Amino acid sequence: MILNLIPTTLRMATPLGFAALGGIYSERAGVINLALEGMMLIGAFGYVVGTQVSGSVWFGLLVGIGFGVGLALLHAIATVTFHAEQVVTGIGINILALGITEYLLPMSKQVGGLPHWELPFIGSYSFIVYLLPVLMIVSHLFLFKTPWGLRLRAAGESTEALAALSLSRTKWQYFGILLSGLLAGVGGCFLASEVHYFTKGMTAGRGYLALAAVIFGNWRPLSGVSACFLFGFATALELANRWNIPVQLLNSLPYILTMVVLIGFVGTSRPPAGLGKIKS
Amino acid sequence: MDIRKPFVSLLRGIISQFRHLLLNLMPSLLAIFGFFLLCGIVVHARGQNALEFYSIIFSSGFSSVDEFGYVLFNATPLVFTGLAVAIGYKSGLFNIGCEGQLYVAAFATAWIGMHLNLPALLLVPLCIAAAMVAGAVWGAVPGYLKARYGAHEVINTIMMNFIAFALMNYLVTSIYQEPGQMIPQTRQIYETARIPRLASFVPDLPDNHPLNLPDSNPLNVSFLIACGCVVLCYIFLMHTRWGYELRLVGNARDVASYGGINPRVVTVWVMALSGAVAGLAGVAEVMGYRYRYFDSFSPNWGFTGIAVALLGRNNPFGILAGAVLFGLLNKVALDIDILLGIPRGLFFAGQGLLIVWLVCVEGISRKKNDS
Repeated sequence: MILNLIPTTLRMATPLGFAALGGIYSERAGVINLALEGMMLIGAFGYVVGTQVSGSVWFGLLVGIGFGVGLALLHAIATVTFHAEQVVTGIGINILALGITEYLLPMSKQVGGLPHWELPFIGSYSFIVYLLPVLMIVSHLFLFKTPWGLRLRAAGESTEALAALSLSRTKWQYFGILLSGLLAGVGGCFLASEVHYFTKGMTAGRGYLALAAVIFGNWRPLSGVSACFLFGFATALELANRWNIPVQLLNSLPYILTMVVLIGFVGTSRPPAGLGKIKS
Repeated sequence: MDIRKPFVSLLRGIISQFRHLLLNLMPSLLAIFGFFLLCGIVVHARGQNALEFYSIIFSSGFSSVDEFGYVLFNATPLVFTGLAVAIGYKSGLFNIGCEGQLYVAAFATAWIGMHLNLPALLLVPLCIAAAMVAGAVWGAVPGYLKARYGAHEVINTIMMNFIAFALMNYLVTSIYQEPGQMIPQTRQIYETARIPRLASFVPDLPDNHPLNLPDSNPLNVSFLIACGCVVLCYIFLMHTRWGYELRLVGNARDVASYGGINPRVVTVWVMALSGAVAGLAGVAEVMGYRYRYFDSFSPNWGFTGIAVALLGRNNPFGILAGAVLFGLLNKVALDIDILLGIPRGLFFAGQGLLIVWLVCVEGISRKKNDS
């Protein structure tokens, strides 16, 4: 019974996981990233357009990532260089992504999907699915075991820490945001590659859900991605609903859980101290 | 003594006020100008006539009272959500949850309106109160969580949005769905709970008369409520003790604390008030237009409210102007789609850019003030 839910869980969790990792990089560097939704959407759009134009899914993946990074660059310029309100910028970018993709591609053709790899005992999934756990561990090691990770986190913890070491906070914030665009872009590509086409607003709030996972996982890659698997499982339950539980309840479970975690009833969730702080 | 002196100083005062206003409005005016310019360039790049595009924008909004009525009708919910965002913002709080608040409020209105068969004099205020209370509760929860546990209101309002969508969807598809219908909507509210259309107050003119407001025009009294709200909000924010407390907590939290104001208490009631005002958008929808609750009726009014508040620089009268502009854009977007075949996404994209531009300007000016 539970075994039947695994494929759906993996497929639902993967795009969330990539976006969540992206969110962690950006927020650890001190920049609130509500634009994950838009970055995923434009990633999915880029994948479909790139694949349609060139006929190659690899080129599509590249375009999707490029678009994600491009949108992230806009977020970075606005929030880091121009000190714009991060929350509002993120929402503006989401509306921008929704509009541009709807304008340029009201209807998409069918495109090919990214290659699936057959693994013994596990089954056949897109290689992106296998990439997620690898990236999760790499991100953990990078953030907590390398000097660069320390600096990125320092950018998020305090506005002066890096300046004291005569390092640039700006540089690390740009790095964090662009990386989040890259990862959210991959998440979007995966989304489009699994269904083989693009529809307007196809991310349907997944970016916000990924952000919830970031908070649920206390801004840590291992627990953040685990939260994505939990949320993916909730979606799988919802799709395979056989117990007459209202789907809407399962649907909103991740959001309720996130609020509970945020309050601190279950463990503690502490954001980076400098998150959202603008002054340099 | 020079008799001209007071006049000169008065004149100087007026000029400096005017300059101040103009400087304040400049980013918004530039944004609007840039927006239309950009749209024109895109239309031109598509190989279509940009002048025709502009003339359609104009005629779609202003060619008759009927057309303009639609603009104001579109603007009505945006006035409420814009005000709601601004109320929070003035106190340093982001209410991203207007979308959820207006859904909950709309449902509460519809529930009262279809269950209580009372005379209009009782039912209309009751329905409006129900909407405000529901919106206030939905807004106060993130406010309380912020005040009590320090949980960020942005995340919690977003979470509450999704919970509201799910809850309302459940209620309207599983319990209160109109019998014998496949559409996810409730049955109609009682006649006495409805807000009349403005067309029913004005004399009938010939159909093709430009000043005619036909009965088909959905502009209703909720627009007047919105205008009243603008004035009330202005007075509340600028000329009452509570408004002062609200702004003080937003501008100088520590000063407020020393002054005997409890910022936590203010946080809770500001979010509640913001939610209540956002809830009025649900009143406009249910009591003024559809006369029932219809699932996912709002085309992102809550989020557009953020753009409206930004454009109006969080000033209630600016918000009214911003809402009318966005009301126009929403109407034009449809006409452009039909007449020129330009997808509506163009306007959304422009709207997103407009928001990013406006926050950047705000950020730069804040940076200047800091240094």
